[in-house]
Amino acid sequence: MITVTDLRKVYRQGKKEVVALDGVTLSVPKGSIHGIIGHSGAGKSTLVRCLTLLDRPTSGSVSIDGTELSSVKESEIRAARRRIGMVFQHANLMDSRTAAGNVAHPLELVKTPKDKIRTRVAELLSLVGLEGFENAYPSQLSGGQRQRVGIARALAADPDVLLCDEPTSALDPATTDEILDLIQDLTRRLQLTVLIITHEMNVVKRVCDSVSLLSKGRIVEHGALKDVAGDLESKLAKALLPLPASEPLKGALQGGPVLEILFAGDNAKEPVITGVARHFDIDLNVLAGSVETLGGQQFGHLRVQLAENADYDAVLGYLHQRGIGAKLAATNAAANDALEPGALEPDAAEPDAELNDATGRNS
Amino acid sequence: MNDIFSNPVLAKALPEAIVETLQMVGISAFFTVLVGLPLGVFLHVTAPGGLRPMPVTNRIMSDVIVNITRSIPFAILMVALIPLARLLTGTSLGPVAASVSLSIGTIPFFARLVETCLRDVHHGKIDAAQVMGSTKMQVINKVMLRESLPALVAATTTTVVTLVGYSAMAGLVGGGGLGKLAYNYGFQRFDVTVMIVTIVLIIVLVQVIQLVGEQIARSLDHR
Repeated sequence: MITVTDLRKVYRQGKKEVVALDGVTLSVPKGSIHGIIGHSGAGKSTLVRCLTLLDRPTSGSVSIDGTELSSVKESEIRAARRRIGMVFQHANLMDSRTAAGNVAHPLELVKTPKDKIRTRVAELLSLVGLEGFENAYPSQLSGGQRQRVGIARALAADPDVLLCDEPTSALDPATTDEILDLIQDLTRRLQLTVLIITHEMNVVKRVCDSVSLLSKGRIVEHGALKDVAGDLESKLAKALLPLPASEPLKGALQGGPVLEILFAGDNAKEPVITGVARHFDIDLNVLAGSVETLGGQQFGHLRVQLAENADYDAVLGYLHQRGIGAKLAATNAAANDALEPGALEPDAAEPDAELNDATGRNS
Repeated sequence: MNDIFSNPVLAKALPEAIVETLQMVGISAFFTVLVGLPLGVFLHVTAPGGLRPMPVTNRIMSDVIVNITRSIPFAILMVALIPLARLLTGTSLGPVAASVSLSIGTIPFFARLVETCLRDVHHGKIDAAQVMGSTKMQVINKVMLRESLPALVAATTTTVVTLVGYSAMAGLVGGGGLGKLAYNYGFQRFDVTVMIVTIVLIIVLVQVIQLVGEQIARSLDHR
């Protein structure tokens, strides 16, 4: 379990003060994976540096299982660091060491006996699926294999927390999935606490149990994946269940009001659309949709158009009554005038567009 | 060809000159690495943003010592250091005395090369080493020096080659060796054979050093 409380980091740039982290609070229970997502400049790197104690936070605390890390003395800082294993974007392996040598590196630092190192290294390499690659140098390994060595090295000192900084951002989609599966598998088997810092929504979708959205040094949204995905108003939900841009649909929008509907969990199993059609005896047209399984639950995000003179308030009421998120995206009268590019997605022009881009791979 | 073997100068003085040159290069290369390597590490580590920043000390070391030493032409430095050589070795003549000024002349040069080699070690590797709980010494020994070893060998090769050139100059002011031979006989006595033979020998020496250095660097490089 890792707990971060009101973490602040202020840098001085000449006379100017730059607030890189502005009161970050989060906690991740043992055995679960937490994703921290944000675009560049959001404070992700600073957060990593504060968590690994490469930088001292200005105020606030980081603790693992109740042990305070951020205020330890300089002499104890190295022991404290060993409780956090870190996986880097580019693995950051030593080119002069073989795969086995790299995994042995953290063990050598504390003068572990040679035979113990040998058995532990063999064990770790087989854990990450790299038996037989003991003597390969990083230059002889593929990007995915290098990252596996990086993971094995991070686990060598038996850390409580695995901190992954953009672990898959330099990998191709297939390798990304392999590495994420490995991280998930290790989390369950070793009961690790895992923090994944990333800008890829795909990573969050695939492995995270909970997620925080970091923006301008603050956590603006957070929660279990299934909770944030089910909230129609949350930016994370928009990024997790993206709808295609509305512009190509301009021509189709001659008729009635357009609704956005988000159903989650058990609701996803109900025939909502046909339910509405039968109950109000109107026609509906699905304009766009995205259906996914997130955190073990089914989610659906739809944009539908009702028949021309339909009473959308009644339809919204009907949906809300059944616990389904729904809101009006555009009315028929305003539709054709208001449909400037992005009009249906009021946030499209905001930096959060980048979050949507990052999901492009899967949608 | 006959000229070479029948030349009395070559027969008598050449073996001695070769030994003297090798002595000068060997001794000064040893001291250059011995002092220059730690100095280069110190310059890198104490630089702003380094492992152990010491801005003022670094500034002084870097600007005053290194740059001033490098700004003085080697020929002048060598003459100027003759009293120091006499103090340290008891004589101002011979290859051992010349090694003093040779070492002092190349230490700053080598230290700068070392600094550059260390700067090329990717910062992520140092972060990784620190995160796994390395002490600063462990970062220097196990990461900085080890990861830049191929580059350090190449830098040493360059330095030794430079020393061969400097040793020829040192020969003129009492160091002996191939430089003195070429100057005394080849230049002042117009003995073309001696001149050509020394030139060829120096070229061969530099080539051998270069080849050996490259070979070692390559065998250490796993990138």
